[in-house]
Amino acid sequence: LMTRSPNWFSYEKRVDSRTIYVGHRPCPDTEAFIPSKFCDNRIVSSKYTVWNFLPKNLFEQFRRIANFYFLIIFLVQVIVDTPTSPVTSGLPLFFVITVTAIKQGYEDCLRHKADNEVNKYLVTVLEDGRSVKKESEKIKVGDVVEVVEDETFPCDLILLQSSREDGTCFVTTASLDGESNHKTHYTVPDTEKDLQALTATIECEQPQPDLYKFVGRMHIYKPEQEPAVRSLGPENLLLKGATLKNTKKIYGVAVYTGMETKMALNYQGKSQKRSAVEKSINAFLLVYLCILISKAVVCTTLKYVWQSKEGQDEPWYNQKTQKEKDTNMYLKMFTDFLSFMVLFNFIIPVSMYVTVEMQKFLGSFFITWDKDFFDPEIQEGALVNTSDLNEELGQVEYVFTDKTGTLTQNNMEFIECCIDGFQYKHRDTWSEVDGFTVTDGPVNKLQQKEKEELFLRALCLCHTVQVKEAGSEEVLTDQVDGIDEMRPQLEEERGFIASSPDEIALVKGAMKYGFTFLGLESKSMKIKNRENNIEEYKLLHVLNFDPVRRRMSVIVQTKSGETLLFCKGADSSIFPRVKPEEVDRIRMHVERNATEGYRTLCVAFKQLSAEEYAVADTGLREARLALQDREEKLIAVYNQVETGMSLIGATAVEDRLQEEAAETMEALQGAGMKVWVLTGDKMETAKSTCYACRLFQRGTELLELTLRTLEDERLKREEKLRELLQEYHRKAVQDAPPVKAGVTRSWSTANQDYGFIIDGATLSIVMNPQHEVDASQYKSLFLQICQNCTAVLCCRMAPLQKAQIVKMVKTSKGSPITLSIGDGANDVSMILEAHVGIGKEGRQAVRNSDYAIPKLKHLKKLLLAHGHLYYVRIAHLVQYFFYKNLCFILPQFLYQFFCGYSQQPLYDAAYLTMYNICFTSMPILAYSLLEQHISIEILLDNATLYREIANNAMLRWRPFLYWTLLGIFQGLLFFFGVRFLFSNPALQDNGQVFGNWSYGTIVFTVLVFTVTLKLALDTRHWTWINHFVIWGSLAFYVFFSFFWGGIIWPFLKQQRLYFVFANMLSSVSAWLVIIILIILSLLPEILLVVLRKPRGPHSRQVYLSLPFPFWILPFYHIHPILCYSP
Amino acid sequence: MKNEGEASEQPDNTAFTQQQLPAWQPILSAGIVIPGFLIIGLAFLGIGIGLFLTSQTIQVLEMDYTGVEKDSPCFQCTIQSVQNCTCEVTFSLSALFTGPVFFYYGLSNYFQNFRKYGVSKDYYQLTGDTQYFKSPRDVCFPYSHDSKNNPIVPCGAIANSMFNDTFELYQIINGTKKKVPLDGKGISWWTDFNIKYRNPSSVNGSFASAFDGTVKPINWPKAAYELDLTDPNNNGFLNQDFLVWMRRAALPQFRKLYRRITEGDYAGGLPAGNYSLTVHYNYPVLSFDGRKKLVFSNVSWMGGKNDFLGIAYLVVGSLCVVMSVVMLIVYAKFKFSDDDDA
Repeated sequence: LMTRSPNWFSYEKRVDSRTIYVGHRPCPDTEAFIPSKFCDNRIVSSKYTVWNFLPKNLFEQFRRIANFYFLIIFLVQVIVDTPTSPVTSGLPLFFVITVTAIKQGYEDCLRHKADNEVNKYLVTVLEDGRSVKKESEKIKVGDVVEVVEDETFPCDLILLQSSREDGTCFVTTASLDGESNHKTHYTVPDTEKDLQALTATIECEQPQPDLYKFVGRMHIYKPEQEPAVRSLGPENLLLKGATLKNTKKIYGVAVYTGMETKMALNYQGKSQKRSAVEKSINAFLLVYLCILISKAVVCTTLKYVWQSKEGQDEPWYNQKTQKEKDTNMYLKMFTDFLSFMVLFNFIIPVSMYVTVEMQKFLGSFFITWDKDFFDPEIQEGALVNTSDLNEELGQVEYVFTDKTGTLTQNNMEFIECCIDGFQYKHRDTWSEVDGFTVTDGPVNKLQQKEKEELFLRALCLCHTVQVKEAGSEEVLTDQVDGIDEMRPQLEEERGFIASSPDEIALVKGAMKYGFTFLGLESKSMKIKNRENNIEEYKLLHVLNFDPVRRRMSVIVQTKSGETLLFCKGADSSIFPRVKPEEVDRIRMHVERNATEGYRTLCVAFKQLSAEEYAVADTGLREARLALQDREEKLIAVYNQVETGMSLIGATAVEDRLQEEAAETMEALQGAGMKVWVLTGDKMETAKSTCYACRLFQRGTELLELTLRTLEDERLKREEKLRELLQEYHRKAVQDAPPVKAGVTRSWSTANQDYGFIIDGATLSIVMNPQHEVDASQYKSLFLQICQNCTAVLCCRMAPLQKAQIVKMVKTSKGSPITLSIGDGANDVSMILEAHVGIGKEGRQAVRNSDYAIPKLKHLKKLLLAHGHLYYVRIAHLVQYFFYKNLCFILPQFLYQFFCGYSQQPLYDAAYLTMYNICFTSMPILAYSLLEQHISIEILLDNATLYREIANNAMLRWRPFLYWTLLGIFQGLLFFFGVRFLFSNPALQDNGQVFGNWSYGTIVFTVLVFTVTLKLALDTRHWTWINHFVIWGSLAFYVFFSFFWGGIIWPFLKQQRLYFVFANMLSSVSAWLVIIILIILSLLPEILLVVLRKPRGPHSRQVYLSLPFPFWILPFYHIHPILCYSP
Repeated sequence: MKNEGEASEQPDNTAFTQQQLPAWQPILSAGIVIPGFLIIGLAFLGIGIGLFLTSQTIQVLEMDYTGVEKDSPCFQCTIQSVQNCTCEVTFSLSALFTGPVFFYYGLSNYFQNFRKYGVSKDYYQLTGDTQYFKSPRDVCFPYSHDSKNNPIVPCGAIANSMFNDTFELYQIINGTKKKVPLDGKGISWWTDFNIKYRNPSSVNGSFASAFDGTVKPINWPKAAYELDLTDPNNNGFLNQDFLVWMRRAALPQFRKLYRRITEGDYAGGLPAGNYSLTVHYNYPVLSFDGRKKLVFSNVSWMGGKNDFLGIAYLVVGSLCVVMSVVMLIVYAKFKFSDDDDA
């Protein structure tokens, strides 16, 4: 939303901290109450105001090279005496500038509207004891603001008071960092109940973008008391953009407002991503610029050579003025050069930019409109955030996908557990409450039951799940009683709120087995056990989960006074902290579950003696109050507490695959894309997901490069790494038979498939080895191996590492086009890094993505159908534009040889201006929006077709050369065909002769018809729109010519074309020459179309079975006119 | 708010939005293309033969009368000092030159398509707007005023350089000259004569006084209102020769219609015999190495003689036929091999 860079103010000039007077009340301590100036709470994401729109927008537009070039041409036309009037280039330029300005103005209008919606939103501010409704933008730092449930915070607030008794409130930061869980925030301790009486100052750091960091202090002044100092941390800070949940009302004091809020600071204007097509356009543009300049140079040179001949320079019938004679020769040459430039400048069409922009803008609607992308569950379809990259979707070579939530549904279900080495599986046909059965091995019932209950209690207690308050009671009762088993899942989920779906799955799992978590009320957790008795536990401490420890614990006190610690976490983090003999019984289960694709957690517990607890309690309290290094200290205490536990069991939670995940992945691979899975998850789970998605197949040989394979007694890690890399490289790269570019998984030959697995730790060694010198070697080995593998799995990745990988691939040789797809905040970095970022609907990733789709399965159609078509369309559009302007201007260039290099235009000014705007623009626009050279169904069924356009196939130099030669061929034909006709200009049966404008009009008529019919030949998909615009354009040309030549136009200083067109049509010879030139120009094209036709109705792989490979192949990429018989 | 939006968020399920518009997918199959080529080819061959034969029947007689060579009849006129030079070109026809005969003059290495030359005329003058008689437009410069700063009407380089050789054609019958009547009407475009150009309205009943205060173009022997003394309706800007000249030629080698021979004994053409052409040689071309030509030609439905069109049609036509045959062979071969595969 906001385009302004967050760094627009300089940090250095500021003092380190700001002092805020709560409620703007002066404090006794400070000598003078100086209200400091902070920025207001206005969010400004718009670029322009009404006043500066015109100058600023024009300035920005003319900063674009192309526009500037056209402006220069226009100015040259105005200043220098040039062959064409300034109108011919001024009008198109004006049109372009206006259209762009309107578009940008409209977009800015929308931004203004969005800004206003935020800025004018009414919020309640406490002022002098009264609640005052104020517009959000008027909030000042120090205001006390009231926010009610489900409202978003209008600015960054320090929480002062909450309607909840325990002084907490819940927020979700989904719109900030994508985490949809509820987070608990705390009021500042010891603030008065009566906010009006609160006199306090807040000292806090200056605004900084880190969402999770905040350091501050609050001084609370009470009459006749020493001011109390309370430390403030991120848990006291409510961020703008977050939403209040599950809490009726809070009061907070504004600390950061407007553009200084963390949300505004975090918004980084998305960097402009440029598509490969755009780069091609620029390259072609350069070629055409060279053509243009060389044409002008050739003409200027020849002019002076020609003039040097006696009598040619100034024949008696065309005397020069005295001024012309006096002009310096070199100045004359220069102005001549400029004149030629102006005359030929149409070769670089202004309108191409407009048409390309329009094509992209309008074309992207087809993505949003596609009902296949519409997901009825979330009531949303696909979203296009940038239309600049449509065609890039057809060029993707590498797909980087997140696993959790992207490949899988992130919808956890408790599948089984293992208690004390025995596997328990939930039977579908359970009839009694105790539907919990051991599925393997005999068991000692009595002893086992105790363990079972301990395990289930652990599941019920060791979490941070909250029970949704409203109506939750009934829901839960219903489920426990088993009355309403068919209750839809959605409603079940409403019961619990948790930071991770795993936790809910576990709590629900426990519920199924008879232990129901009823909720947390004033530090006491209630559990309903199998006998429907309510057990109560006092929650003493929560040792929060963090990704480093990979575990979390709770310390609770039972009714009987026992203090228990329950801990759950990843196997790798639990196993070292429990007794080794317990581990072996469970490890087998955990590993098996992991290979089946389940997420596993281990559960442990320990009984704390009173002394132990006292130590832990003091440690925890001290660490929590520490002002410095709080985190580190806490972790140290946690680690100290979580030792010597005993392992109870392990759980397995299934994260189901997304709909059609496997089919989608298979299609992508079939299309020649390499799929890399980047996940933070552990290797076994990720690997099993890969198998389930058919990224790895049975025959795939896995090359593993993880910490485990690096363990070697003989060698150091890095040496082993080098050894492994070299070994894999030998295997996958050197020994592998050379594969055709773009074809990774060959269908016919039985090549060995390789899959590559690397983990985050190993990757960081690869990227940053101890010796700098090895870095490039490792990287290139790693890349080469990866490029020869069908699928790559990177597990245990940090978000930044994901982006690093994408960047590495993106910048590797051949700079392949990359695509990242993900759904979470941790994927944002890689989404931003890739050429094309795809977010999945409903999360923050969407905001940072270029395209958003609701489901993974939509990726297939997005790439294989939409991407393919967009690419073909725009590539054809670009080539066609250059082609049609080349054969437009070439005759005009050739005419210079016959008019004494005098810059005489061949065509009338009206034709020069209208050619690109009216006569030939609509058909190509319609083509570039509607063309389906292969129908969408066939594209979806044959993923291999995607490979045909790989590597920017249609915009390489060879097809460009083909189009250019075609343009030259046709331009020569047009000019010389008419030239030979005019060897006798008496073309009418009444003996009258035709003049130069008739000449130009005949050439122009042939030109307009030829380029339009050429497009008609290329069109494989004739909808009524195509018919309408193609035949309509031609009819319009004829109509316009009649009209233009049929009236004496009062505003014209010469009526050059008066009746020229009508007279032309009265000449049979003119008709005949027009017909033959059109046919002759199109003949090679028709031949190509015919000869490239597939042989039989069943032949689908047209390209691979060309009937005439020997001489058609050079034009192989040019335009895939495929004829699929229906 | 969300609820309102939901209905509209569902994409429209129309053929257009789903890219499912009914479409015609042309398939250029061999079954269409081979006969198509054949038909086009044959049609072109037919047209080509017609054009070529027509072109062959057109009679053309061209004579260069510039007088470059010493022995050529107009050589003495090329000497600058000679004023009002007249020379005589003779030719003989061995057979009837079928009428109506069109009489062209041709110039070569003459650039009527110079850009500055081309714009050097005042359209408003030429539509009879006397306001522009006093002050011709700047584009006419340096042909807008004479040395005494009188405005020139019609101004500009084109008008100033109007071709001013005149010709008289005689048939020599038994040593006597019989004048061949030349028809100067209808040689310019109908629209030029009737709509595009306009004479100024007469002042006090005198057409000439409409030009008061202006001077004739420097190179002209007579003023615009005196261009054709024999026909008052062929004067001023509405003079056929003037209009023919004002329509600029496309190429540096061009011909322009001078007269038609449509009257009297010669309506059916020029009979065989000897002819003499009296040339009033006024127009200098040697200074820029130009040439002057006389052309007698008759025309057909396709205009004047032009072999190019016929040959082009013959070539393209036969090309199409040949290609259809080649395609037939290739298609047959591959079709059979395709059947083998299946």
